[in-house]
Amino acid sequence: MNLSEIKKGEEAVVTKVNGDILALKLFEMGVLPGELVSLEHIAPFGDPIAISIGESKLCLRLEDAAHIEIELKAWKEL
Amino acid sequence: MERVITVALVGNPNCGKTSLFNALTGLNQKVSNFPGTTVEKKVGETKLSEQVKLQIIDLPGTYSLYPKSADELVTYEILRNKSETNYPDLVIFIADASNLKRNLLLFTQVSDLGVPALIVLNMMDVAERRGIEYKIPELEAQLGVKVIPINARKRLGIDALKQVLLTDLPSVHKEYFSLAAVDSDMLNLLSKATDKRNAYAALQYAINAKDLLSEKSLRLKSIFENANFNIRQFLEDEVFARYHIIDVAVKAARLKPKDNLKQSLTRKIDIVLTHRFYGIGIFLALMFLIFQAVFSWSTYPMDLVEMGFASLSEYVKNALPAGVLNDLLVQGVLAGLSGVIVFLPQIVVLFFFIAILEDIGYMARVGFIMDKVMRPFGMNGKSIVPLIGGMACAVPSIMASRSIENKRERLITILVIPLMSCSARLPVYTLLISMFIPDTAVFGPFNIHGLVLMFMYLVGFAAALLSAWIFKQFIKSNQQNYFLMELPGYKMPLASNLFITLYEKAGAFVWGAGKIIIAVSVVLWVLASTGPKEKMDKVAQKYEAKMEHMSEVEKNEAIIGGLTMQQNADYLEASYAGQFGKFIEPAILPLGFDWKIGISLLTSLAAREVFVGTMSTIYSVSGADDDLDSIREAMLKEKNPNTGKPTYSLATVFSLLLFYAFALQCISTVAIVKKETASAKWAIIQFVYLTVLAYGSSLLVYQIFG
Repeated sequence: MNLSEIKKGEEAVVTKVNGDILALKLFEMGVLPGELVSLEHIAPFGDPIAISIGESKLCLRLEDAAHIEIELKAWKEL
Repeated sequence: MERVITVALVGNPNCGKTSLFNALTGLNQKVSNFPGTTVEKKVGETKLSEQVKLQIIDLPGTYSLYPKSADELVTYEILRNKSETNYPDLVIFIADASNLKRNLLLFTQVSDLGVPALIVLNMMDVAERRGIEYKIPELEAQLGVKVIPINARKRLGIDALKQVLLTDLPSVHKEYFSLAAVDSDMLNLLSKATDKRNAYAALQYAINAKDLLSEKSLRLKSIFENANFNIRQFLEDEVFARYHIIDVAVKAARLKPKDNLKQSLTRKIDIVLTHRFYGIGIFLALMFLIFQAVFSWSTYPMDLVEMGFASLSEYVKNALPAGVLNDLLVQGVLAGLSGVIVFLPQIVVLFFFIAILEDIGYMARVGFIMDKVMRPFGMNGKSIVPLIGGMACAVPSIMASRSIENKRERLITILVIPLMSCSARLPVYTLLISMFIPDTAVFGPFNIHGLVLMFMYLVGFAAALLSAWIFKQFIKSNQQNYFLMELPGYKMPLASNLFITLYEKAGAFVWGAGKIIIAVSVVLWVLASTGPKEKMDKVAQKYEAKMEHMSEVEKNEAIIGGLTMQQNADYLEASYAGQFGKFIEPAILPLGFDWKIGISLLTSLAAREVFVGTMSTIYSVSGADDDLDSIREAMLKEKNPNTGKPTYSLATVFSLLLFYAFALQCISTVAIVKKETASAKWAIIQFVYLTVLAYGSSLLVYQIFG
């Protein structure tokens, strides 16, 4: 699953980041495989979303979030 | 002998860099542009001791040394080039303690370039509240650099920092990232091709420069290709390797997190401010508040400025002997200057709100809320701040658009900003609207005058969105389009930060726009006061003939009765400006404009607000420029000599309103767009499309309703 599908209250781990420049930019901003990620807010018109990752709070569009592959934490722990 | 140490402040956006800069320098700072760019360069000074002066350069915030926007490029350019005049002796790296890992990524890159650096650890209080604490000596040992904890907003730790700079200045750099895995033959080739002694600096420069269109870039590109070097993979490996080094250091220095942390206040505030209903409601309410502040509260200081200039003009007029110099000073320079300074209150008020919302962290939320709305128009959430700023003045707003990474979205934003009704249109709108709608008319609880004014602003905004949408269809870009922005934690606004920002913006406006407006005012004054000799002589003869048979008493009565004013109006008609108005009259007649309006169109090419002053001269109004009532009376009385009907019908006024709403009558904007887009092409396209839009809509309105 990818980050654009995450729901409020869910916690997930980033597994892979796809894309070219976008991926590098995401790495620089702290979106790295292994980091915990959760959904903080959804913008009033449904897009973009604000996520909490590492120690920062970032906002990004759903189409960009789709480049970030995640695994829900509950699944990982099973 | 005095010694000067040059330091550069480097750090991520929102790490408190500006606060540290202000804490170090106070008002002792100068703002200019980095050579060849419009990126603001802030340089400040402070004394470390009697003999040692500290010169501080504030570099734009960036996340890495692989620049992705115009701002970031400047930081990279200065740090990479040792022969650069701004090259620092030392980098003071500001790291946000509450987000240390990500902040240190940039630090290791900077250090690997070969610049000596030290770290100041800022926002320790925020970090502590989140349960994050570091053992400073351990962090120093792990990273091998000096680490100084500070609180820039509360100005704690500044003296300790100065002490280190004075007595313990680091002079060597530390290397973190190893290039052992990279083909050494290729590195040698790159080092030779780029004249860099440091292999990392050479590789990094080559990666950043390979896509430029120079011969050197082609050579770099072929070196990469021959070595079969995968740049994308290398960049990813580099980031991960750096994070790994940082991870080890940060984990070793971090104290065990405390339990039972409270939910952060920022999160609670954000739940409201980004809420589906409250979030939008609060945003609109804030916009309305700013609107009110700029347009009604600023009138008091604006009146004061106008009164001040009126008495100054009066004083100069009487103090100097009558003649050309007197006229030039009073009607050219002072009138032009007054036209600039009068907008200062509005600009200060607008920037006060923008600066406060920026400082507390709200502007990022506006981008978050509005991104979806702006997207169909080829812009993004970050476009909203420059667009709002365009309601005060397009010039600083166009400069503010440089935070938009995507070139196409930035270009579209720049192209449509002038459609936002700026404060210079306000006096024009006020005069024209009041011709048909009395100030006192109300519709329920609303002032109709105010509603029409609001309508004009909405017309401008709608035109901006529509034009943006059209540009989106034509301007193509192969740059990957993304919107990625940090939402910083909320902070209390800091009075000293606000004050310094306002001081700077006000100064930039007065000197920047002032120079151009005064120059053009002087030129226009010359055009309006000189003309073809035979025509000017004719006017002189006409009045001489009139006065010839009058007694002294009659002459005085005639002058009081407005004879001189009439004479001035006739002179204007005969002047070069008047000739121009007559010349273009056939072209503007279909819009409902006569040659007198034509003169005003010419004079307001420099700045729109000049319209009012020109009207007052044309209609021979006595008194100061701001006497709107008498200009309005005179304009309403004006009859079309051919039809005998009033020149200013409702259709003409509406047509004129639309013309001023759309036309790019602002030389400063044209100049800044040329500079910002680094080409005359876009400045010309913008001027042409806005002129066509203005002409077309005026034509349409006048032909339908006229």
